[in-house]
Amino acid sequence: MSDTTTDIEGGGQRLPFSPTGSPAGAPDATPAWERVGGIGLKILTTIGSIAVTMVGLLFLTFIIGRVMPIDPIIAVLGERASGSAYEAMRLEMGLDKPIIVQFGYYLWDVMRGDFGVSRLTARPVFDDIVRVFPATFELATIGTIIGVVLGVPLGVLAAVKKGTWIDHVSRVVALVGYSMPIFWLGLVGLLVFYGILGWVGGPGRQGIFFVDIVPTVTGLILIDSLIDGKIDVFWDAVSHIILPASILGYFSLAYISRMTRSFMLEQLSAEYITTARVKGMSEWAVVWRHAFGNIKVPLITVIALSYAGLLEGSVLTEIIFSWPGIGSYITTALLSADMNAVLGGTVVVGLVFVLLNVFSDLLYKVFDPRAQ
Amino acid sequence: MPNSVPNSVADTPTSETWREWLNTDTPRSRFQARMGALWRGFTRMTSNKLTLFGMLILVFLVLVAAFAPLLAPHDPYAQDLGKRLLPLFSDGHVFGTDSLGRDILSRVIYGSRITLYIVALVALIAPVAGLLVGTASGYFGGVVDVVLMRVTDVFLAFPRLVLALAFVAALGAGIENAVIAISLTAWPPYARIARAETLTIRQADYIAAIRLQGAGAFHIITKHIWPLCVSSLIVRVTLDMAGIILAAAGLGFLGLGAQPPSPEWGAMISEGRKFILDHWWVATIPGLAIFLVSLGFNLLGDGLRDVLDPKSSSDD
Amino acid sequence: MTDAPLLDVKGLNVTFPTRDGGIFHAVRDLGFTLGRERLGIVGESGSGKSMTGRAILRLVRPPGKVIADHINLEGQNLLDLSERDMRKVRGQRISMVMQDPKFSLNPVMTVGNQIVEAYRLHASVSKKQAKQKALEMLEAVAIRDPERVFRAYPHEMSGGMGQRIMIAMMLVPDPEILIADEPTSALDVSVQGDVLRIMDKLVKERGMGLIFISHDLNLVSAFCDRILIMYAGRVVETCEAGKLHEATHPYTRGLLNSLPRLDEPRERLDVLQRDPSWSA
Repeated sequence: MSDTTTDIEGGGQRLPFSPTGSPAGAPDATPAWERVGGIGLKILTTIGSIAVTMVGLLFLTFIIGRVMPIDPIIAVLGERASGSAYEAMRLEMGLDKPIIVQFGYYLWDVMRGDFGVSRLTARPVFDDIVRVFPATFELATIGTIIGVVLGVPLGVLAAVKKGTWIDHVSRVVALVGYSMPIFWLGLVGLLVFYGILGWVGGPGRQGIFFVDIVPTVTGLILIDSLIDGKIDVFWDAVSHIILPASILGYFSLAYISRMTRSFMLEQLSAEYITTARVKGMSEWAVVWRHAFGNIKVPLITVIALSYAGLLEGSVLTEIIFSWPGIGSYITTALLSADMNAVLGGTVVVGLVFVLLNVFSDLLYKVFDPRAQ
Repeated sequence: MPNSVPNSVADTPTSETWREWLNTDTPRSRFQARMGALWRGFTRMTSNKLTLFGMLILVFLVLVAAFAPLLAPHDPYAQDLGKRLLPLFSDGHVFGTDSLGRDILSRVIYGSRITLYIVALVALIAPVAGLLVGTASGYFGGVVDVVLMRVTDVFLAFPRLVLALAFVAALGAGIENAVIAISLTAWPPYARIARAETLTIRQADYIAAIRLQGAGAFHIITKHIWPLCVSSLIVRVTLDMAGIILAAAGLGFLGLGAQPPSPEWGAMISEGRKFILDHWWVATIPGLAIFLVSLGFNLLGDGLRDVLDPKSSSDD
Repeated sequence: MTDAPLLDVKGLNVTFPTRDGGIFHAVRDLGFTLGRERLGIVGESGSGKSMTGRAILRLVRPPGKVIADHINLEGQNLLDLSERDMRKVRGQRISMVMQDPKFSLNPVMTVGNQIVEAYRLHASVSKKQAKQKALEMLEAVAIRDPERVFRAYPHEMSGGMGQRIMIAMMLVPDPEILIADEPTSALDVSVQGDVLRIMDKLVKERGMGLIFISHDLNLVSAFCDRILIMYAGRVVETCEAGKLHEATHPYTRGLLNSLPRLDEPRERLDVLQRDPSWSA
């Protein structure tokens, strides 16, 4: 299991995240208490390690919010707070208690889904996040689909035709993707495809005439509009999502195609590939049935990582496209020093990250016959 | 292979024998062997055209930054509202001017200093922090290891930019705080690399021998483990540079990094954003600069990895 | 000619470009014929013996190059065939067992599926029939619980089992020639004999031609009818296995003298001497 993660590190260097720590390369990367056998124990330690990571994650956001240089009371009340209001808020926030107790309160609040109230929207942060999350989810999902549909074949082709023009093209595509500031590409894309060519809808998730027509069911406009049977709303949403999703998809493509290529190269030089050729198989079947069959599982991990990476990329993309998702939410909150909203958003993104990693780990264990 | 050592001038080679001196199979001194290895790595790297291209970009960047006052045609801060938003190739303003009439070329040139400043600081802070954590974790093992690696995992559990945003939110906007925030999110991979290296080195017989001679942990870590971690860290740093530049530019773009009127490239894009449809060059030129520099680092990083780490899998 | 040899190779050359722009000759001017017999090819590593096997199947990957006067399979020059026709030769008429079953079996496909696949590439039969045939083959290579092995993954098999599976898979389309490329060198000494016996029995029963590639002169001389000795890409000597002790070439003599023998105990074994002129 170590070889796959090794390669993830090797190629792109984009998303070196593995919160559970298990895929770290060295043979004794797992702490001793995790190496003790037993399936039940293994599940327990896995859950335990996820829990520890999550508590650590919350502790980090807690530190950022409560302990770092900015005075949390001033952050809430503003600079011109009166002395008595300051003191009252200090007691209300429990800042007179020891830090560990404060963290306990924080943990308890978060577990109940209470991230405090946003100063900007004057609503519970949790409700805000529930409202904006589907927009990000929709964007990142379409982006990942674009990245997978184009990136995987490109990577396979580049490996099979190593050293030919298609390999060079794939290399350039990836290099440009790794080197391009995503917000700038978004701007240029907006300029070209909206400003000059007029092929796509402008910023925002919907045209102003289409807002609030369909009732919210899933929060995903592409789906809600279809449920309601409003095709025009659907096409309007498509025209708005296609550009930001393609831009996110391009970054995902760069990463996925590179990883696919390096996985495939490794497999194509394996001896069982010669075996398949000796059997008299066509090159197509050798590549897709045998070699590709062997990279499916690590590829799932890569796709999960890239999906998580798009959550990050969406912060900047959402700003450019005025996309009302979690990235916009965090940034807007940040610029108005709305700490509760910033930290709530950060925690949620972190949790999604951890869960995606756990999920891809799990898939790995289920689908790779060697991992059982 | 010409392996004749220059006989009379063994340690002070003349220009004709430089190559031979470097390429010799029988180095006379440790220094010569080291230089020879460096030279061979250098020739291998530069034999790849893309790597060479990356290197040239970065040399160009350093020169531009160093000679910014000489190269810039205008004061990057000088406003001239009469000449605002001039297009490309205007008189005296090759890249046009921005909304305050400042010369974009001069601002891009001065911006290279800020970019280099951020990259250099992060490239110093993050790997060193990672090295400290990683070697401590790997060398002492046990509880130290478990705790430090847990902390590392927690940091890795966040998307970098989001975590950096949170840090900047707490610390306040500004270029130094951006550096701190990026460093705080960049160190964990280095810690993992350093730990993995330490674990292998710690097992080596010569470490046991040194320990028997009475060397303490501090001596072993600083004199024997750190030097061996350096090459894999360098590769990783070079590959990370592009990401650091993009992160810094992203923070600048969000208004959380360098503050106006500083000619930071990301902030310049942010300023130009308002005019993107009518005056596209204001945002496009600094974007190209960012792209070029991170491309340079990516190309160089790829080349370095091929030379220093032939298996091309830096494992952390 | 009523009795064309099964395989007739003449003037076979395999070359690879080297890093500094030169050319490396893996095989030079190799020629031999193979009937329904067991032919051994012996040489040190790097002598080009493995490349010979791959060249016959036209499986030398670019940038490697194969040039030959002809590689005739029952009179048909394989070099003239299209890639599509060549695929019908591979597996169905010439097959190959490779060194290490740990690497030569696909790790994420069940053993059964791999055998069934090999069979169905060349025989239009239903899945059920193919499974039946695969189970028979597994039994033929002395696997005790074919049903279980059929469903198993390669990593669950021992090396000896793996190589027997490999033999079953390569023989299931009923080829005329089997190339065995160091089939036992990755195996435990204790199971080497078993695997060889099984392979020998199957090859004999079916009247196949066998090319046995190995570095082990003793093994080859005990197992084969005829032996080619290769050095640096060239055949330096051909002889009957029984008459190996009569070999005249200094390299062959050197190989023989560097082996320990129970019947002729010596204080020190000879060191193999090499002469560049042998490969010129």
